[in-house]
Amino acid sequence: MSDTLLEGKAQGGQLKLAGAGAWTAQNARALEALIDGETARAGKLRQVDIDMKQVERLDTFGAWLLERLVRSFSARGCQTNVTGLKEDDRALYDELHAVKPDQASPHGNGQALSYALASVGQSIASVGQSFISFVNMLGALVMVILRVAKRPHTFRFTSLVHQLDNVAWRAVPIILLITFLIGCIIAQQGLFHFRKFGADIYVVDMVGILVLRELGVLIVAIMVAGRSGSAYTAELGSMKMREEIDALRTMGFDPIEVLVLPRIVALVIGVPVLTFLGSMAALYGGGLVCWLYGGIDPDIFLSRLKEAITLDHFKVGLIKAPFMALIVGVVACVEGLAVKGSAESLGMQTTASVVESIFLVIVLDGLFAIFFASIGM
Amino acid sequence: MARGNGSKDVVIEVRDVVVGFGDHVVLDHVDLDVYRGEILGFVGGSGAGKSVLMRSIIGLLPMRSGRIKVLGVDMTAASDSARRAIERRWGVLFQQGALFSSLTVRENLQFPVREYLNLSPRLLDELVIAKLDMVGLDASVCEKFPSELSGGMTKRVALARALALDPEIVFLDEPTSGLDPIGAGEFDNLIATLQRTLGLTVFMVTHDLDSLHTVCDRIAVLADGKVIAAGAMEVMLASKHPWLQAYFHGKRSRASHAERT
Repeated sequence: MSDTLLEGKAQGGQLKLAGAGAWTAQNARALEALIDGETARAGKLRQVDIDMKQVERLDTFGAWLLERLVRSFSARGCQTNVTGLKEDDRALYDELHAVKPDQASPHGNGQALSYALASVGQSIASVGQSFISFVNMLGALVMVILRVAKRPHTFRFTSLVHQLDNVAWRAVPIILLITFLIGCIIAQQGLFHFRKFGADIYVVDMVGILVLRELGVLIVAIMVAGRSGSAYTAELGSMKMREEIDALRTMGFDPIEVLVLPRIVALVIGVPVLTFLGSMAALYGGGLVCWLYGGIDPDIFLSRLKEAITLDHFKVGLIKAPFMALIVGVVACVEGLAVKGSAESLGMQTTASVVESIFLVIVLDGLFAIFFASIGM
Repeated sequence: MARGNGSKDVVIEVRDVVVGFGDHVVLDHVDLDVYRGEILGFVGGSGAGKSVLMRSIIGLLPMRSGRIKVLGVDMTAASDSARRAIERRWGVLFQQGALFSSLTVRENLQFPVREYLNLSPRLLDELVIAKLDMVGLDASVCEKFPSELSGGMTKRVALARALALDPEIVFLDEPTSGLDPIGAGEFDNLIATLQRTLGLTVFMVTHDLDSLHTVCDRIAVLADGKVIAAGAMEVMLASKHPWLQAYFHGKRSRASHAERT
């Protein structure tokens, strides 16, 4: 059927084309090939007549292809006539005839190298951008804290309590479970390997120091980044998308004060508490494995633990916790407020928030390690 | 605005449709006919269920009972493939545009075409520009994302997407809401022009009295869960029904009518 859509007869400098059948979306591909074939016809042409009398149906697709045919002949300097269009179809064709000639903007192909370089450049620039917005948010937060400190009654306690419930209280079960398991695993691995040279009892030292100094706070911070940081970004991001944040601003509220401050304060209070609970759960798990798997009685475990750890180890862990909370909170809020109009952007910012905050938590942990080592803690 | 709809070919046939949510019955045995080639304005108070009927026709809401025939196919009894074939023959303009926010304008317009038809990339690109031109936009919006468009542009792009597959029926849900009067008037003209050139049947849920006066061939009125009247503007104006009196003879309506007479 496709070969009857368009037929052409050339006579000297004159080409007669006859269209037939349904010039519709269904046949558009076949029709396009025929039209490009006719257009590529060799030889000198002065006049082209296109007879559309036999065309039964014409839709936008067909009408556009007809227009393309006319344009390409006209561009070669031919006199082009279209005859036999039905009245309805004529209106459609005229509409398409009025479309401004080829203004199609080129879209990226053939420039793979420059595209690759551009994307490397953009990602480096975006690292700088996100550092700046992080510092910006920190500064805005300090300003808001100073302002709220002057007038404490403006602080949103209801919001704080709500956030504490979300990020701390509801997180307790999962945090306890995970840190407990981590404690178990470390003790089991330690026992397994230390036993080879008869140093079983030093597992208690290892579990105690590792959990209190590093693992407790790190696991909690990473969990909180995944659990609450992502939620903050998604909440603020969808509020941004629906112009709720702009609405707040126009009513004279500072979004940082209303939305960001209670969230970050909730994290700064919640994460140390969770760290404490998590560390205890991990020690408990370690002790349990030592007893059941390593044959170290709880009494011996406890007295060894007392010798192995000092208050400093405990303090090191807890001092780090609020700073980690601050980083997670600030990154989450920055990313949330950076959401643009689209659903995709919300997803991207949420991912970025989690990845960035986990990365920064680990970097900060490293910096703290250097700091505590140099002050001898 | 003479359009040859003397034949009265029924394109959408709604019979005895009941739709409700929980205890609340929104549509109570509704009957409605839409004829080929007309622009039907569908009016009713806020919350009367105008959008509910539209969403039932396009299959987004389940009905409790009744029958809806579109282009001769009974949508309630049709097989999935028959349904899908009909769905290709209509286009829907949602109130908020419902453009895909993660795709550019070009990709939004190409999406349905790419799914259903196997066309060359060049033709796809050219058609995007042609369709944009038909709705009064130029090619510079092609690479923009929906979030970068103004309200009126969003409506136009959404209309272009609704027209992407050259549908026979177009459903418009409050097409002029949120547009300024000039923009709304232009949009009305656009719909009328496209209706003429593409031979569309238009089902338009609207509140805009100007639209009803200027572009609609017929008006159907939904109140108390039923279609209480359907007919041309003169019929509406002559009706004695209290709701119609209030709607078409209210202050706003008189002002809108006065401009025209």
